[in-house]
Amino acid sequence: MTWGLFSASVRFGGRAALDGLSLVAARSQVTVLIGGDGAGKSTALRALLGLVPLAGGDVSRPGKTEIGYVPAFGGIYPDLTVAENLAFSGRAFEIASHDLTDRSTQILERIGLDGVEHRLGGHLSGGMQRKLAVALALLHRPRLLVLDEPTTGIDPVSRAQLWRVISGEAASGTAVVVSTTYVNEAQRAHAVTLLDRGHAIVAGSPDEVIAAIPGAVGALRQSTQPSGPDPSWLRGRTWRIWAPDAHLPPEAQAIQPDFNDAVIVAELDHDVMRGR
Amino acid sequence: MWAMIVKEFRELRRDRRTLAMMIVLPVLMLVIFGYAANFTVSKIPTVVVGPLAQVVSEHLHLPFDVVGVDPDETRSRAETQLRDNKAVVAVVTGEGPITFLMDGTQLFSVQTAETALGRMVQSARAAGETPPAFSIQILYNPKLNTSWVLVPGLAGLILVFIGTLITSLGVVRERQAGTLEQLAVMPFRPWDVIAGKIIPYLAVASFDLVVIIALGAGLFGVPFAGNVAVFALGAFLFLLVTLGLGVLISTVSQNQGQAIQLAFMIMLPQILLSGLIFPISSMHVGVRWIAYILPLSYFIEISRSVMLKATPITALWQPLGLLALLGVIVLGLAVVRFRRDLAPSSQTAIPLAEITDEAA
Repeated sequence: MTWGLFSASVRFGGRAALDGLSLVAARSQVTVLIGGDGAGKSTALRALLGLVPLAGGDVSRPGKTEIGYVPAFGGIYPDLTVAENLAFSGRAFEIASHDLTDRSTQILERIGLDGVEHRLGGHLSGGMQRKLAVALALLHRPRLLVLDEPTTGIDPVSRAQLWRVISGEAASGTAVVVSTTYVNEAQRAHAVTLLDRGHAIVAGSPDEVIAAIPGAVGALRQSTQPSGPDPSWLRGRTWRIWAPDAHLPPEAQAIQPDFNDAVIVAELDHDVMRGR
Repeated sequence: MWAMIVKEFRELRRDRRTLAMMIVLPVLMLVIFGYAANFTVSKIPTVVVGPLAQVVSEHLHLPFDVVGVDPDETRSRAETQLRDNKAVVAVVTGEGPITFLMDGTQLFSVQTAETALGRMVQSARAAGETPPAFSIQILYNPKLNTSWVLVPGLAGLILVFIGTLITSLGVVRERQAGTLEQLAVMPFRPWDVIAGKIIPYLAVASFDLVVIIALGAGLFGVPFAGNVAVFALGAFLFLLVTLGLGVLISTVSQNQGQAIQLAFMIMLPQILLSGLIFPISSMHVGVRWIAYILPLSYFIEISRSVMLKATPITALWQPLGLLALLGVIVLGLAVVRFRRDLAPSSQTAIPLAEITDEAA
């Protein structure tokens, strides 16, 4: 049983939003979709869930009772309290009421929302609302958990807390698919797919993504951007430079690129291939 | 400032609905309502019964539009004709003075008829003739209370308000909150979601309806002469149409502002063209057909007839049937569109998932 997208294409009008994307949602693994705004992350997740029809390719997923989903925006009822939001999800998934109380308490504690049971969803802060959305998606213990940018716009402490919960879910056997715009979050994944305009430009484990970097990456300790033809970017106080032909300029010192560099190089490489 | 003006016009140009509301709607309304806004009744459907029916009918001229002459029938038959909306005025001839029975639920027609009779008497006297003796009896609303006629119509208007506006807002709120997508992923059948979304509004609207009628009776003495079940059937069918319209609006609106705009465009014609204020029969032929596609027109006919005249179901099959037809069309369309939101790719995705599960 393999869940995921297989050479899936989605078209909106004449525009290809997904173009032959394959994405495996494996059990006990966190699969991260990473890419800029408009790269097709949400579309890919929605295609996986059957919320948008495919123009080509295949999709497979478990039945609805085994899916948990957090959409990119909202996903909670602002006019219901936290407890009422959980009660609605519980009833929808036919969780017995005594079970529901236990599970709700447990999840709220794990996710850091204990003590706000009686506050209205709409009165929670942005970060707390995202946490509640994740709690709602976890309540029925899904086998496939799909999270669309669950950490966007929330503080670093809450992000760390959410990722602990997400990793914990995977550790207990759930197939987790998460989209994010934060590269450092993708580093925690078992598998990463970097999306650009509906294409997967690189896919694999974070180590495989680093290993797949073509050419060479160097570091430059200078305050101004290097002037050569090779593309460069600022990391902290140092400039990074990427030489596709592996011939770094003499002033650059070759370094072992990290995942962050790897993602940038993959995007640059893709741009070069596209002739930008 | 110039930058602001240019920006504002650019935004306005992109917001097609607002643009339509600002330019097309006023023009359309002026034309439609100009032709619809007419209290003058030019034709009053009239039946004449009794031994002198033929003679009397020959002396009746417009606004009396004689639609039936039956010398063999009596007063009770004439009353049935009024009760069943076949005529607004019934002339009963026989021994003694002629009696003009008038349907008091048709305020403007009755007023026009009375004026016309007064004029006939005057012109007869002016010509030196003795006008025939006659009496006028106004049935169902003898004091011609405006509130008696308005309350059954307002009940309908409030159902339109709840059914169309509040329902569409409820569904759009779900879309805006991102929860509609979640519902699509949850183990609900589309029908569960649709019914679960509509039934609460149906309940609230039914409760409101009871309150309005009780208030109408308490404050204005509006009677409820007819069969409650017939009224309830009419209200139920009408609510299905308005709730369907609400869901339909929600499927083409991305946010509550758009839903309100659309609901407003649907509600305004119902207020002005359904016979609530202006009699449908007085409207210009060019706009009268609009009244006949508005569900409120049929509900008003049913509610006024049942509440004030105790019209039986046998005489109301036409408005009931048309409401049922509108209900099937509108609700059907709404369900089809809403289902598309809830299960957009069920045809392609689920069978494969099942195959994969079986293979595993």
